[in-house]
Amino acid sequence: MSKLLDLIGVFSLLSILAVGGGVAVLPQMKHETVTEHQWLTPDQFVDLYSLGQMAPGPNMMMVTVIGYRVAGVAGALAVTLAFFVPASLLTFATSRVWTRFAGSPWRLSVQRGLAPVSIGLMGAGVVAIAEVATRTVATIAIAALVLAILLRYRINPAWIILASGVVGAVTLQAG
Amino acid sequence: MSETSPAPVGLGAIFQNFLFIGATSFGGGVVAYLHENLVTQRGWLDEEEFLSALEISQTLPGLNAINMSIIVGDRLRGSAGAVAAFLGMTLPGTLIIFFLGVLYGAHGETPLVNAALDGVGAAATGLLLSVTLQLGRKELGGALDVVLAIATCVAVAVLKLSLLTVLFTIGPLAIWIYRPRPSKPPQA
Repeated sequence: MSKLLDLIGVFSLLSILAVGGGVAVLPQMKHETVTEHQWLTPDQFVDLYSLGQMAPGPNMMMVTVIGYRVAGVAGALAVTLAFFVPASLLTFATSRVWTRFAGSPWRLSVQRGLAPVSIGLMGAGVVAIAEVATRTVATIAIAALVLAILLRYRINPAWIILASGVVGAVTLQAG
Repeated sequence: MSETSPAPVGLGAIFQNFLFIGATSFGGGVVAYLHENLVTQRGWLDEEEFLSALEISQTLPGLNAINMSIIVGDRLRGSAGAVAAFLGMTLPGTLIIFFLGVLYGAHGETPLVNAALDGVGAAATGLLLSVTLQLGRKELGGALDVVLAIATCVAVAVLKLSLLTVLFTIGPLAIWIYRPRPSKPPQA
């Protein structure tokens, strides 16, 4: 029971801190689940993030699996609700009054101010994954190649993710 | 879309439509899938309505795709529409990742699965970096924005400050920097 409460506490706070999207909370999520509560090893955390890349829909649905690993089906349900409902309620309520602030110059200030903060948080999210996912020459090479391809060509990343899984299976087996 | 009163969209149609987007939007970037579906194909929103919903989704906490589904569902059919859109958007991904997660629990330690996931993890890093760079190029308006972004990144990634601390220090500072200022001196 206390595990469920811990899961709900951690993920509902992450939910309302996700300014600029889910990637923004990756460092904090990693800290909470790996260092603080030791529910996962760093490798398992990044494995689950990677698994999430193979599912359709919004990024970060992998939080469900974190809940499942810690506390079974109840944990999966608790984490899914804790991570998605608080931010969703906030959005629901705020979007209805948003037009009231249409004339407020502060609305633009909030948007302009939070935009660079969001980008910085995303950058920190990249670091949180990269610290674990690109520790070898081969994985750095794959990441760099994927980056170069995606910056240059318009291609659905899903194909690249799939191809990298195959490439990984063939080349990265450590004996 | 007619100017006066567009035909009301049924709850079932909202759920089905978001279920379809939730089940087919592979590779991240769900917002692009949403635009294609809601604006181009269905005509449920015009360009301006879409951008206004996106602006709210990006400013408020939460995943953009989920915030979008809630706002659009609400606009189409009130709170029940928001719930229908939210469920449609999240169900397919949740079920698939749950299934993958169970498989991972059973086979995650085998060398082949490990190696495949290492490949995916490396690619995911490249993908995330490309999304961040592209968004940064679009959103960062000048040197000041770049400094704010780097300061935020360093505070979290290097100094390991908690997200709460960073959001409540750099956030207000950034908003204050962009505080409203009269472009002309106020006429007294």
